[in-house]
Amino acid sequence: MTPTAVDVLVVGGGATGAAAAYDLARRGVRVLLVEQSDLSTGTSGRYHGLLHSGGRYAVGDPGTAAECITENRILRHIAPFAIEDTGGLFVATPDDPADHPARWVDACRAAGIDIDALTPAQARAQEPALTPHITAAYRVPDAACDSFDLVHGFVEAMRALCAHSTLCGDLLAYHRVIRLVTNDNSVVGAEVENVRTGDRQVIHAACVLNAAGPWAGMVAGLSGITVKVKLDRGTMVAMNTRWVNTIINRLRPADDGDIIVPVGTVAVLGTTSVTTNRPGDHHVENWEVSKILGEADAVIPGIRQGRALRAWAGVRPLYEPPDIDHGDTSGHGVQRRFAVIDHRVRDQLGGLVTVVGGKLTTCRLMAEEAVNVVCDQLGVDTPCTTAAEPLPLPAFRQQYHRLDHRLRKLEHGQLPGQLICECELVTRPQIEAAIAGYGDHPVALDDLRRDLRLGMGPCQSGFCSVRAAGILHEVKEHSNLKVTRALKDFVDERFRGVKPLLWGHQLRQLYLDELIYRRTLGLDRLIAPTPEERLDS
Amino acid sequence: MTDHDQPVYDLSGHTPLIEQAPLARQAAFSADHCLKCNICTAACPVAAVTPLFPGPKTVGPQAQRLREPGQPSPDHAVDYCSSCGICTLVCPHGVKVMEINTQAKARIVERDGLSLRNWFLSRNELWGRLGTPFAPLLNFGVRSRLLRLLAEKLFKVSARGPLPGWAGYTFRGWWQREQKQHPRPAQHDDSQRVVFFHGCSTNTYEPFIGKLAVAVLEHIGLHVEIPPQTCCGLPAQSNGDFDAARCYARHNIEALADYARRGIPIVGTSASCMTAIKGDYRHVLGLDDDDAQLVAVHTYDFMEFLWKLHQEGRLPTGFQPIEREYPYHAPCQLKAHGFGRPVLDVLSLIPGLKAWEIDADCCGIAGTYGYKAEKRAIAELVGWPLAEQVHAAGAGTVICDTETCRWQITALTGANTIHPVELVAAAYGLTITDKAYTPPVGE
Repeated sequence: MTPTAVDVLVVGGGATGAAAAYDLARRGVRVLLVEQSDLSTGTSGRYHGLLHSGGRYAVGDPGTAAECITENRILRHIAPFAIEDTGGLFVATPDDPADHPARWVDACRAAGIDIDALTPAQARAQEPALTPHITAAYRVPDAACDSFDLVHGFVEAMRALCAHSTLCGDLLAYHRVIRLVTNDNSVVGAEVENVRTGDRQVIHAACVLNAAGPWAGMVAGLSGITVKVKLDRGTMVAMNTRWVNTIINRLRPADDGDIIVPVGTVAVLGTTSVTTNRPGDHHVENWEVSKILGEADAVIPGIRQGRALRAWAGVRPLYEPPDIDHGDTSGHGVQRRFAVIDHRVRDQLGGLVTVVGGKLTTCRLMAEEAVNVVCDQLGVDTPCTTAAEPLPLPAFRQQYHRLDHRLRKLEHGQLPGQLICECELVTRPQIEAAIAGYGDHPVALDDLRRDLRLGMGPCQSGFCSVRAAGILHEVKEHSNLKVTRALKDFVDERFRGVKPLLWGHQLRQLYLDELIYRRTLGLDRLIAPTPEERLDS
Repeated sequence: MTDHDQPVYDLSGHTPLIEQAPLARQAAFSADHCLKCNICTAACPVAAVTPLFPGPKTVGPQAQRLREPGQPSPDHAVDYCSSCGICTLVCPHGVKVMEINTQAKARIVERDGLSLRNWFLSRNELWGRLGTPFAPLLNFGVRSRLLRLLAEKLFKVSARGPLPGWAGYTFRGWWQREQKQHPRPAQHDDSQRVVFFHGCSTNTYEPFIGKLAVAVLEHIGLHVEIPPQTCCGLPAQSNGDFDAARCYARHNIEALADYARRGIPIVGTSASCMTAIKGDYRHVLGLDDDDAQLVAVHTYDFMEFLWKLHQEGRLPTGFQPIEREYPYHAPCQLKAHGFGRPVLDVLSLIPGLKAWEIDADCCGIAGTYGYKAEKRAIAELVGWPLAEQVHAAGAGTVICDTETCRWQITALTGANTIHPVELVAAAYGLTITDKAYTPPVGE
């Protein structure tokens, strides 16, 4: 049962919120984490998978660079299960400013980032796919980080710490904060709404920590105060295979399409930077895909002829202090420092702290500083210890970022049962266990995707979703309509990510998937459209 | 030079050229094209008969995404791929499934080494030559049930695998003697020259096929050249021993490149050797240089070459009638050429002769696959539909282009098997002196 009174209500189940909830639990504070969707579905789940060395920010934003390298080392220590130590390279091409590498080297040294100069030949020996036209190359301590694993790691650690208590350590997923309860210039709780059922409940809390990322301005706004968050949409493209085994950064001032991250089975090419006014703006424009592929092709010739699996966008919540006017600089230029706003000081409103800005790499530090302020308000003086002790190994440890792990398990009989998702090697017993893990809560196929990578391979759910829907039907004993709706939601969501990539390989794939789901199964005729859908069309 | 002076090729050093070829052109990256449609899995003759092989899609493009680049695959099921290549042939999207699988096998061999048995099976060229002086003794051994069972126990070479017998002399040796006894006039016009690639089997087990091929080519009016050459490398390649396969391949490319540069066609009677030279050197072994491409372009399967000559009006058609009907099996390796069925085309020129294609994918032997004790039963099951059709037709003789397939068909059906060149030679009225050879038609 969900407690109705806790010490701290953390809003936002992304990396920062999860890290903060874990930090609070370590300090013995009764905490509840509320998330409007599933864990890691906002900015944290829509990121490229890079654990920054700080090299990207060394020149423009030395403070963030220094934070990144420190936190990089800490996360490697406390969450090794989420990290693949690919290492990173910064490479310059003849098109990049010739004076930049020298400045960058000095800035990295100043920030404390270990860099090794490589000859172009050494860089190509390490990554044969790199263009022969490299003018400079440096090795940096970048790594690939699976944000699903990291966030689950924080949440499971929080739950383990609170195992003895029914009063804290819970996660309330699919609940949106609709109202902040105030009393005498102080926030004393929040009313949350179950987004699936519409049920509402009030949760009393001595303090609310607003870690809602792009939605932070809206959450703060519920109490009538203003937090200006600059929403900056970035698009990423996942390629079907890794192409490289080292993270490749373009050695030039920050710009669109300057990174290639091998993570799990794919290589993620990123990113663009477009100002938006919607926190949930996940649309992808054609020019972005084309720009990203073009820039990647300059570093890895031929990659744009490879198979792009999916394009998606995430929204960076960049913080704009009220006293600084950035004009209309692009998001690449905005500093990535984060801010912890103590509304007791700034707005004379107690019981509310907002943390905004920053990077996934610095999520633990953001949580630490925000929780320090929260504890100050609560009168708790236990210091932060999250940097020292490794997180317990999550029970749900999949190691998706280790490439051949699943193949090895399948080969050695550790993945018994029918293979349901053939692309990402997900079996029937795994799906059944994941469904069971949700207990009485509703389960969407998309939740299983985040848990198991179901439907994330080349066919983008073409062959597995109907099988998984069948299992859902059996296990949960849902009505036919409900399962058909679940299937349609999942297939629609998967196809949405393919739509910006409709040429060559994915066009062929989507056409086959279309023939299966629309022409053969008639999926979109099985369900009467809702009134809104009718309006849309 | 006698053929015993041929160098025993150094099989040690290698450069992994596949790593140097542009990534997007490598077989591994063709996995990008896979739509998961399962056409390859449905067509795979091995997956159809054994649960030990999960199918070409599973071990091929699917597993490829989950393999660490440069690392051996943890996925040992790929060893049950016979490398017949039907998957690559049927894939409508251009995934080089067999090539991916073969390269995955090679990664495993790189780490774990080659088993003694597979090393042995990959060195048929060596055994052919070394065994020639001891032919009677070895042939006795090959035919001895007891010794074969012993070999199965000791080396895991199936006692039922249809091993050939040694001829007791080599084709190359015969050619040297033949040229001394009947010197051919020098030929300076390159357009009238042809290079014959005999392969290991013709050299040491079935030299009569080479003699017939030379007789046919000379009857056509071409000047035959037989430069020093070695094993095509396919057995080593199929067993994942890419070092050895590349070494053989390089030697052949070096020996043949000069002829190719001059536009002289290279023809061979073993369809699988010719597939290796035409395609595998580049697509599987990654030997993608100018010479390799040039040699590939100028290489023809024997019957493909005859049909090409016919289309150019250069093939004498004074064929004597052969009033016979034969079933024909097109080996998988021949299908991989992607040139139709030139055997049926050429044989249709012979009056009275009726050859029809057996509706079966694979005879099961797949080079050295069917000789492995643990895979023999699979090889027999794969070949069963073919055997059934031969039985149903009541055919006593089957035509087939590739030696191991012929031996397998004989083992499965008891039928006599012949290379199509035997019929062409017979129709031209050509005879050879070979006491071990009985022409398929005539007295």
